[in-house]
Amino acid sequence: MPIHDQGYRRYGGTRAAVGRAWQVMARAGVMSIVSKRQFLALMLFAWAPFVVRAVQIYVASNFQQASFLAPKGETFREFLDQQGAFVFFVTIYVGAGLIANDRRANALQLYLSKPMTRAEYIAGKLAILFLFLVTVTFLPAMTLLLTQAIFAGSFTFVRNNLYLLPAITLFSLAQVLVASTTMLALSSMSKSSRFVAVMYAGLFFFTTALFNAIRGITGKSSFAWLSPGAALEQLGDVIFRLEPRYQLSPALAGLTVLVLIAGSLFILDRRVRGVEIVT
Amino acid sequence: MPESNSGVAVPFAPPTWDSATPVVICEHLSVRYGKSWALNDVTASFLPGAVGLLGPNGAGKSTLLKSLLGFVIPDKGSMTVLGMEVATSPLEIRARIGYMPESDSHIPGMNAVSFVGYCGQLSGLPATDAMQRAHEVLYYVGLGEARYRNIETYSTGMKQRIKLAQAIVHDPDLLFLDEPTNGMDPKGRDEMLELIHDLAHNKNVNLILSSHLLPDVEYTCDHVVVMDKGAIATAGPIKALKGTTGRVYELRVKGDETRFLETLRSAGFDVKNTDEDIMRVFVPGVDDEGAKVLFDLAARERVQVRHLRPSVPTLEDVFARAVGEV
Repeated sequence: MPIHDQGYRRYGGTRAAVGRAWQVMARAGVMSIVSKRQFLALMLFAWAPFVVRAVQIYVASNFQQASFLAPKGETFREFLDQQGAFVFFVTIYVGAGLIANDRRANALQLYLSKPMTRAEYIAGKLAILFLFLVTVTFLPAMTLLLTQAIFAGSFTFVRNNLYLLPAITLFSLAQVLVASTTMLALSSMSKSSRFVAVMYAGLFFFTTALFNAIRGITGKSSFAWLSPGAALEQLGDVIFRLEPRYQLSPALAGLTVLVLIAGSLFILDRRVRGVEIVT
Repeated sequence: MPESNSGVAVPFAPPTWDSATPVVICEHLSVRYGKSWALNDVTASFLPGAVGLLGPNGAGKSTLLKSLLGFVIPDKGSMTVLGMEVATSPLEIRARIGYMPESDSHIPGMNAVSFVGYCGQLSGLPATDAMQRAHEVLYYVGLGEARYRNIETYSTGMKQRIKLAQAIVHDPDLLFLDEPTNGMDPKGRDEMLELIHDLAHNKNVNLILSSHLLPDVEYTCDHVVVMDKGAIATAGPIKALKGTTGRVYELRVKGDETRFLETLRSAGFDVKNTDEDIMRVFVPGVDDEGAKVLFDLAARERVQVRHLRPSVPTLEDVFARAVGEV
């Protein structure tokens, strides 16, 4: 009987210390996503608003007649609001299958039989989605701020609106964390990435519709906490020092976001296991 | 220790194990799923080499392996793998073991070589080493020609081989194989058993083979741990358990069968009825003299021997004895 012994030998090389597997996961996940043309097209679309805004800043900086187009602090808030649509699509495209596909292929037991904790597994998956969402929120917003300084030939605007640096960082972080943790939690609850995508869209649209319906009936917008999207908008207004759009206390909006993130992490902790025990 | 906790990659030297030092020790291990005990006060040690973990479905074999991997936290007891406590050093242990799960598992969207290389990296190998070893182990398990195919297009037998490949890519010191021949055709099964035998006996990889298939364990392993209903039924070297001094005889007699049975039992022989008129008699002592002893006893009791066939004890006999089926 043939023994396919064409090279098995004991390994004598080096091994990385434990605790780095999440980086391997994140790298492999990112490479797998960027190799898809559809995704590259989506990213191209996601950067289109940046190009438009950059042109706007260029025109405002170089033509006196177009000075009304000059950016203000709220321009960056509006920009991040617009990017919300791309956050939605990127979250669905990248995130829906992240854990669902592993569950379908029983890959969790393979991952967790390697020197990797459950937290590392979640961190690895989160890192993939986090990176792409940062690429459509924080990165273009910060680049836009830098573009303004370059086209204006001075840092006066940046200096006068120094709060924009932490505001962009904080609001992007809130957007990205809410989307990525929620999506990962949903992805861990099913074996079908399509179903996860539908669940995420359903959660997003249903909560928004529910909030708008209650607002229509009661005439009050204090129920904005019912919709994660509305709570984020409210939080964004506060972060960017703008007049809040809803009658919801910023603390409650922040709490809604925190509860959503904590709830998602709790679900992930329950669902990401090497073995599924049904009692 | 091949890994360091300081975050620096360190050269790896395969450890050598004293043949008398168990690679796995379980002490008073109990695992409960809801109201039923999957493992009930299991105390066992697994010596280096190939050890079979044998038992019927639901005996607790997979639960034991999953406990050793740290997937299941036991309600009671302690476990040591390769000299490290599972409760305190699960990651260090997992860096040095390979696990081939029972169910179909792969990482979606990858071809075989990417998958195995990726598993190598997850186990701590540098990317280039992981890729090189992925090619090597894929050839070793017989998937060399199909290594660029997407795993999702693989047959059941090929999926079993790829699971073995991902388990050995990082050159583990201990392999957990959970039903490795499940769903394989006879030829594929033989080849898989040959690979396992080769790993254990020529490549010095310690392994624990969990199976309900006795011939698989008998062919590949030197030691066996038999489990039944969440407890250890028997354990030891297969050779010793099968019994080298003594032989089982299938015997049919005509005459006063009841008195003859009593005579056999009073002579210290283990007698079991296997059919309506066939009995299995274990005659301890020198193998060749058993038949003569039986004939002498039959003559003394004036019964006719109508059928006498010696049978070599198999692992099946050991198993049946251990779980009380005989």
